[in-house]
Amino acid sequence: MTLLDVKNLKVDFITQDGIVHAVKDLSYTLEKGKTLAIVGESGSGKTQGAFSILGLLPKNGRASGSVKFDGKEILNLPRKQMNAYRAQRIGIIFQDPMTSLNPYLRISRQMTEVLELHKGMSHSAAVAESVRLLDAVRITDAKSRIHMYPHEFSGGMRQRVMIAMALLCQPELLIADEPTTALDVTVQAGIIDLLVDLQEDFGTAIVLITHDLGIVAGTCEDTLVMFDGRVMEYGKTEDIFDRPQHPYTQGLLAALPRLDKQVDRLSTVSYDFMTGAREA
Amino acid sequence: MSEKEPILKVRNLSVEFSLPGGGLFGAKKILKAVQNVSFDLHEGETLGIVGESGSGKSTLSRAITRLVQASGGESVWLGQDIQKMNSKQLLALRKDIQMVFQDPLASLNPRMTAGAIIAEPLLTHAPGIGKAERTARVAEMMEKVGLVPSMINRYPHEFSGGQCQRIGIARALITRPKLVVCDEAVSALDVSIRAQVINLLMDLQKELGISMLFISHDIAVVRHIAQRVLVMYLGEVVELGDAEQIVSNPQHDYTKKLIAAVPVPDPKVEMQRREVRRRMRREASAAA
Repeated sequence: MTLLDVKNLKVDFITQDGIVHAVKDLSYTLEKGKTLAIVGESGSGKTQGAFSILGLLPKNGRASGSVKFDGKEILNLPRKQMNAYRAQRIGIIFQDPMTSLNPYLRISRQMTEVLELHKGMSHSAAVAESVRLLDAVRITDAKSRIHMYPHEFSGGMRQRVMIAMALLCQPELLIADEPTTALDVTVQAGIIDLLVDLQEDFGTAIVLITHDLGIVAGTCEDTLVMFDGRVMEYGKTEDIFDRPQHPYTQGLLAALPRLDKQVDRLSTVSYDFMTGAREA
Repeated sequence: MSEKEPILKVRNLSVEFSLPGGGLFGAKKILKAVQNVSFDLHEGETLGIVGESGSGKSTLSRAITRLVQASGGESVWLGQDIQKMNSKQLLALRKDIQMVFQDPLASLNPRMTAGAIIAEPLLTHAPGIGKAERTARVAEMMEKVGLVPSMINRYPHEFSGGQCQRIGIARALITRPKLVVCDEAVSALDVSIRAQVINLLMDLQKELGISMLFISHDIAVVRHIAQRVLVMYLGEVVELGDAEQIVSNPQHDYTKKLIAAVPVPDPKVEMQRREVRRRMRREASAAA
């Protein structure tokens, strides 16, 4: 069953220097419980394309096209109606766990608030459920750690807390925007492996937004490569890595220094395809 | 190569920072950022320094050139201990050792033109040369790093991230240094730009015969660019050796963990590596 159906999504920003077209044409579908990676370099529109789904664009941003979630159109919903989807049915994790947690509140308060507000749980039930989720994201000694403040956690642990918070209401869809970019490689591997495990255990569909082709391999079933606000290539992850069709994807893969293969010289990405795309 | 005397010999170098203790009159705490680091660097060689945030890799590079004060040990440059140099000798040293930093935009003065930024080291280290020659050398260097000399009067904000990093490299190379220290010099760049800058650094090194200390958290990049790798963990060297050997046969537990964690862009390989990581985590939690 199709959970998320994005069609001809466009995102524009009205700036002093005129209109910036961040996303020009983005279409994809995601089945229930499946995973999709959206890969692109800075400025490709990958993040704004995902933020517009939840109505998280800045004030000067405008989204058009269509986003259907579970069969219903949710693009540009009024705030009240959108709130019924946020956190409850669609969770989101941001890049920087320090700025997305409130430094003045204990982790327990930040987690239970969500459950009390959206699910009408009692405080003690909400605490118990929060501890259960912290356990699920492998925070050891969650029972006492839940009463700590964000600054008492390391970067990797904060990101685990963010994931636990996003999963509190057992959303059907989790959007993860560069969830490991700010973390060390060894911590990153732990978080990505955790997301894969959680997806298997909870059956949550995941849209993973990243600039790193490496973490996509072996994580997501489908991959979509974006450049300049458009889809360059979209298909099964294995096909894209084994037989990349688009010159941009081929270029990106060849430009990566990798541990399993040594090359004398890295190839660089050629943008020759750009002129062709513009003429067409 | 190993028979020749190394250009840089680092012996037991340590750096300590004193942190304020708890409370108003609390005793100061000592943070050992770098502990007893020793290595040799030969002419024309690239040594990679890998480690995660807080491992002391940047502090080490700064202590070698005395941008931070070492608490013990020595760094010997062409037979002379940098830690004991007077200010005149240090000034001469700065001409020989140059740095390239991580954030290309933050390390360039926004009020100076590209030309002025690249020329600035010449004003300090070669005050004798005239304006015409200085401009000629800047233009030559810009061409070398892949910038069009006609951009000489533009400001940093008019350049892309990759171009800014090229300006930083040109500034480092204009004094014709013998050693360039690259501190996370390609970490902030997109994949496509990163490959260009890595290639540029490797080409320039071959052409000019410079030595490089290449500091990065990314062991895949380090392996590509360096002949030897030094792995740091919590301020100490845990492994030092041939880059190929460290990647294919890591000895220390931390290096093993680091190499297992690097994502490989191949779905089939990555599935197997995930299983290896799961096993390592199970073993670690069983041991704890």
